[in-house]
Amino acid sequence: MIQALSGQLLVGLINGSFYALLSLGLAIIFGLLNVVNFAHGALYMMGAFAAWMLTNYLGIGYWWALLLAPAAVGLVGVVVERTMLRRLYGLDNLYGLLLTFGLTLIAEGIFHHLYGNSGNSYPVPEQLQGGVDLGFMFMPIYRGWVVVVSVFVCTLSWFVIEQTKLGAYLRAGTENPRLLQAFGVNVPLMFTITYGFGVALAAFAGVMAAPVYQVTPLMGSNLVIVVFAVVVIGGMGSIAGAIVTGLGLGLVEGLTKFLYPQASAVVIFVVMALVLLIRPAGLFGRER
Amino acid sequence: MTRLRSLETWGWVALVAIGLAAPFVVYPVFAMNVLCLALFASAFNLLLGYTGLLSFGHAAFLGAGAYVTGYAAKFLGLPTELAVATGTATAAALGAIIGSLAIRRSGIYFAMITLGFAQLVFFLVVQMGWTGGEDGLQGIPRGKALGVIPLSSQYTMYYFVFGAFLGAFWLIRRTIHSPFGHVLRAVRENEPRALSLGYDVDRYKLVAFVLSATLAGLAGSLKALVLQFASLSDVHWHRSGEVVLMTLLGGMGTVVGPSVGALLVVALENYLADMGSWVTVITGGVFVVCVLAFRRGIVGEVRALVARSFTGVKKPSSSTTSSG
Repeated sequence: MIQALSGQLLVGLINGSFYALLSLGLAIIFGLLNVVNFAHGALYMMGAFAAWMLTNYLGIGYWWALLLAPAAVGLVGVVVERTMLRRLYGLDNLYGLLLTFGLTLIAEGIFHHLYGNSGNSYPVPEQLQGGVDLGFMFMPIYRGWVVVVSVFVCTLSWFVIEQTKLGAYLRAGTENPRLLQAFGVNVPLMFTITYGFGVALAAFAGVMAAPVYQVTPLMGSNLVIVVFAVVVIGGMGSIAGAIVTGLGLGLVEGLTKFLYPQASAVVIFVVMALVLLIRPAGLFGRER
Repeated sequence: MTRLRSLETWGWVALVAIGLAAPFVVYPVFAMNVLCLALFASAFNLLLGYTGLLSFGHAAFLGAGAYVTGYAAKFLGLPTELAVATGTATAAALGAIIGSLAIRRSGIYFAMITLGFAQLVFFLVVQMGWTGGEDGLQGIPRGKALGVIPLSSQYTMYYFVFGAFLGAFWLIRRTIHSPFGHVLRAVRENEPRALSLGYDVDRYKLVAFVLSATLAGLAGSLKALVLQFASLSDVHWHRSGEVVLMTLLGGMGTVVGPSVGALLVVALENYLADMGSWVTVITGGVFVVCVLAFRRGIVGEVRALVARSFTGVKKPSSSTTSSG
């Protein structure tokens, strides 16, 4: 009983870690660029595939993949921002959503063509194999690692954004990019870097997810919709809010899987409906 | 301008004539599919093009119409018209629920919320027993129109669908040109201003949303009868994206644009059907090109061209939409 409950809660916490990493990236990108990045799920998938390809084609393992895959996908993001997104900044922000939606279809279509529907498994790195008996449950080490690293990366991002000079520029740009540019900051470059960073975070989540889930072309396609709901629930106003909401909703989902499994796929959307009724701006949000 | 008016009248006559002749020129099921999706896109355009609300979950209404009509016709044995009415009414009710929640947030959040609720509907359809899950709801009987004319023939079915399409299309056109439609455009252009002029903006948005959902449900109901099955692809978010593409490609905020877009997208998917996942890649590519270089859409570009040659004055080009 306790074992089943804590098992589901752990799964929930892992899902929540991915929600947190992805909604953090979405929030940073939206904050500065005013673009809702629909491609976030596809980029997460590309991160996982990049790790898988590095292992299978070049024999490069997990630890380097953790660095190289986000860098490679981040570079893709930089190219996308420079060549396409940039042209849409003056326009209604629905065009950014539609552009990234189109890019999602392209990416998923190409990977689907190359690798089909079936899943590719990615091994858990040697150092993190096995598990620990916690008394009330058995915890695979890798799963604990995912939670710890995600929380660490999120906290680090929060620290950089809230406490450093670079973060201060970012926050200033979110408030008023034109004024910031007038102070001599290279705002277009900052846009590029921010998009690249948000995208790299998504790819990082993808590498972390590769050993837990199967690597498939569509692994990010339903996930991005759930993450959108997480963002609506949390509100995109605060970085800490995105992280807390992500982890919390993962737990809610895990709890639902234990209590009433049939509802676990929809519980986040039900929470979204409730939040819209009670607090339309989101738990941590402010209306922009 | 009178020349332009009479040109427009003749244009409508020509379009209706093409519609009447269509099943003898192309495969009737293809023509019916185009009509259903053209209605779907026109209903969607009422919201995006004229009210400025991007719903990314319109598949929920198409799918609800399709599944409930199928259920009513197959399991309850309702006559065809009543089955269609039931499906359409369900989509309307669903539209009222989702709409009243979604309009609490504006802008891009609206898109994310509608997408989330559509996903909720998708999972409900997957889990409910009578929908047939992955297999879809199969073997939906077409029945008889008015209780006497059997719809089993593709031709009678086509004219049934064409009649419904004309009625719904006329309703959309009337709505756009009514005072109500003008208020919707005011909301699109400047919401705070419309509010300060005393319009209950939220109520207008909600009525537009419900009307759009209802007509999308009608499109789904007809589609279920035409194909005689309702499938998960009707409620999937790919479908919601597809309707955005049709509207964008044809020209959002124009009366006939979405139908042109629907024709092109359905034709594209038909001709590329055996290319597998490349269809997705090409669809995505068209999306990207439309957004980057072609935001007025086909009809929008043509209209700008016509307006220029009739007035002789080059109008300042607007990147988004103008009234139609």
